[in-house]
Amino acid sequence: MKVIYRIRRFDPEKGPEPYTSTFQVEMEPIDRVLDGLNLIKWHQDGTLTFRRSCAHGVCGSDAMVINGRNRLACKTLIRDVGSDISIEPIRGYRVIKDLVVDLEPFYAAYRSVMPYLINDEPVPVRERLQSPAERLRFEDTTKCILCAACTTSCPPFWANPEFIGPAAIVNAHRFIFDSRDRGGAERLRILNQRDGVWRCRTVFNCTEACPREIHITQAIEEVKRAILLNES
Amino acid sequence: MYHQFDAVIVGAGGAGLMAALESSRVANVAVLSKLHPMRSHTGAAQGGIGAALGNHEEDHWEWHAFDTVKGGDFLCDQDAVEIMCRDAIDTVYELEHWGLPFSRTDRGLIDQRRFGGHTRNHGEGPVRRSCYAADRTGHMILQTLYQQCIKNRVHFYDEFQVVDVIIDNNRCHGVVALETRSGELHTFHAKAVLFATGGYGKVFKITSNAHAITGDGVALAWRHGIPIEDPEFYQFHPTGIYKLGILISEAARGEGAYLLNRTGERFMTRYAPTLKELAPRDMVSRYMLQEIREGRGIDGKDYLHLDMRHLGAEVINTKLPDITEFIRVYLGIEPITELVPTQPTAHYAMGGIPTDIDGRVTIDERNTPIAGFYAAGECACVSVHGANRLGTNSLVDIIVFGRRAGKHMAGFLKQADLPNLPSDPEGEARRQIEAIRAGTGRDASELRDVMQAEMMDKASVMRDRAGLEAVQATIEQLAEEFRNVRVRDKGTGFNTDLLEALELGYQLDISRCIVAGALARTESRGAHSRDDYPKRDDANWLKHTLAYARDGGVQLRYKPVVITRYQPVERKY
Repeated sequence: MKVIYRIRRFDPEKGPEPYTSTFQVEMEPIDRVLDGLNLIKWHQDGTLTFRRSCAHGVCGSDAMVINGRNRLACKTLIRDVGSDISIEPIRGYRVIKDLVVDLEPFYAAYRSVMPYLINDEPVPVRERLQSPAERLRFEDTTKCILCAACTTSCPPFWANPEFIGPAAIVNAHRFIFDSRDRGGAERLRILNQRDGVWRCRTVFNCTEACPREIHITQAIEEVKRAILLNES
Repeated sequence: MYHQFDAVIVGAGGAGLMAALESSRVANVAVLSKLHPMRSHTGAAQGGIGAALGNHEEDHWEWHAFDTVKGGDFLCDQDAVEIMCRDAIDTVYELEHWGLPFSRTDRGLIDQRRFGGHTRNHGEGPVRRSCYAADRTGHMILQTLYQQCIKNRVHFYDEFQVVDVIIDNNRCHGVVALETRSGELHTFHAKAVLFATGGYGKVFKITSNAHAITGDGVALAWRHGIPIEDPEFYQFHPTGIYKLGILISEAARGEGAYLLNRTGERFMTRYAPTLKELAPRDMVSRYMLQEIREGRGIDGKDYLHLDMRHLGAEVINTKLPDITEFIRVYLGIEPITELVPTQPTAHYAMGGIPTDIDGRVTIDERNTPIAGFYAAGECACVSVHGANRLGTNSLVDIIVFGRRAGKHMAGFLKQADLPNLPSDPEGEARRQIEAIRAGTGRDASELRDVMQAEMMDKASVMRDRAGLEAVQATIEQLAEEFRNVRVRDKGTGFNTDLLEALELGYQLDISRCIVAGALARTESRGAHSRDDYPKRDDANWLKHTLAYARDGGVQLRYKPVVITRYQPVERKY
């Protein structure tokens, strides 16, 4: 089948304004949107620029706005989006070139929640014990691949780029609810600040955007509750 | 732009991050990666990391070592295997202490499951040795190590493509890198360099590997006179998703899934009566191909069925959630009730840059090290995998030898000086890039399509002289055309068209070595299977290949295998 790609482009070396390029590609319904981008790059226009690596939804490189929704191009099939596809870079970060955005502020927000296990107690010779139920408590938020689909779909983040954003909260959640971790209070203090968790307006865009189907809004609510319980 | 560090690590997957954690405690270290570290291909590893913890049943590191050597068809260096399997145990505990969220047993211990080729007491039956975190163990390892690097304030240069390594007078002291965003060249001057640049699965058409896995580090070292060890040993994983090559973890078979042919027969019971589907990967892939060749592929086509239905929804959804999702998304199939079409997919390079057990890069038959140059992970060949790697051992390898290399390098840095740079260290890289920009021939993508298709067709699971000679001629032709390769993007910043062309150059170098090694090796061993030489030949071929760049071609030399405890015997499972 013939598939039309309408792609939002930007190249500062060519000009200051974004523009749209339209391509026609021969594809199958079970092909990935990423396959079409590769076909365009390899056979029609080598200047088309986007990030990609694993091509099956685990490396998190290729989040983009596909027909108005934040999705991974490698995890979205043609049959799910139709034969006329519009693609734009994810919103809220500076565009470097075409679909590539500057994610450094996104990673800085991630780093700010101390996303590593904090526990200074002496370690046992073997593993620390953790029951399957304790492990299950934070299972969902371990799945995050830092693709930025959630944060860049979030209206409060668009309005205020200082908002730490859903992805950072998800990664804080992953440690706050880990029975082995001792840094929860410090993380909750960080998330209780002005641009922390209270900027969330429970819009649920993040949950809909997550290609890993993490229950993000629920995780954020759990962090909010933990802050309130911690304070009382 | 000029930078000076004590050491530079290239690659930010498991091996690179482990080396960074080890060395950055005592030295000023930079980690360069062509991707953001969290995009590294370690994150795609699924099934587990092997270690004889014995959390379910009796197990010993010596049993793990025996399985590794036998699985590797006796081409492993056994001193290195012993270190790996012994160190694996403490390594897994250390990962747990760093916060890795392993799946747990009812008693709260790290859970373990069965995996291909891992046995109790030297082959009596399968053993539960693979420590896992659902079916995203690699993702969790990559996350945990990167998190520790953030905690330890490791210095990263993300999206820097290394395009040359500085070696003179048998001494390595820096790299040249292209900053993707600006298009500028940077020289990183350092007392030591550690390559952890990953494998080269993208030389084949059907592969589980990411687009980025193009063998850059291996080829760059090769161009500087360092051989590729055992390039002809390339693993094809039995269960790739049909046509796409996306990996369906061996953990599926570890949990009890079967392989079926068109008649519905569980054919592996004929070939490997004890381990069946859990025989090593080279054997399962080969027998799958045999079934297909004998007309027992599904509908007469080139694939077979993976049957997970009897595992039940509970096991499938909790222990194998990610691969189940891949099957649902990419095939539109429900594995709880339907059969899954699979075929072998290019997966893992057993060969690579030769190193000793401390990660030092070696350049000849006597394992002479080159000062200041280290390698670890899939780009390296220690050799712990021999002719065929066992499942779970790639993750063991990157952690154990990433750390050993980082540790040895840290010691080296204390006593090493910083040699002066050669004049114009960026010169060669600049010339190559300018040549590609000025090229007027065929597009890199056209050449790559031909390379990948031909390598898949003639140099994959089954090989013979005629096919290898044909693909050799094709690759030489492509290499010639590459000299005038064209890129469409003439811009400076974020020019991924240029990067892909550079990568194609690396892929072609490696393809030449794979084919040269395979053509010369007139036997079948592990993942290298010759239709015209179907038997293993220990009298002539119990030795490692060293493929050098010489006079515009590939020169082959050989070095002995280190044997400590286990004399070669016939492999039966």
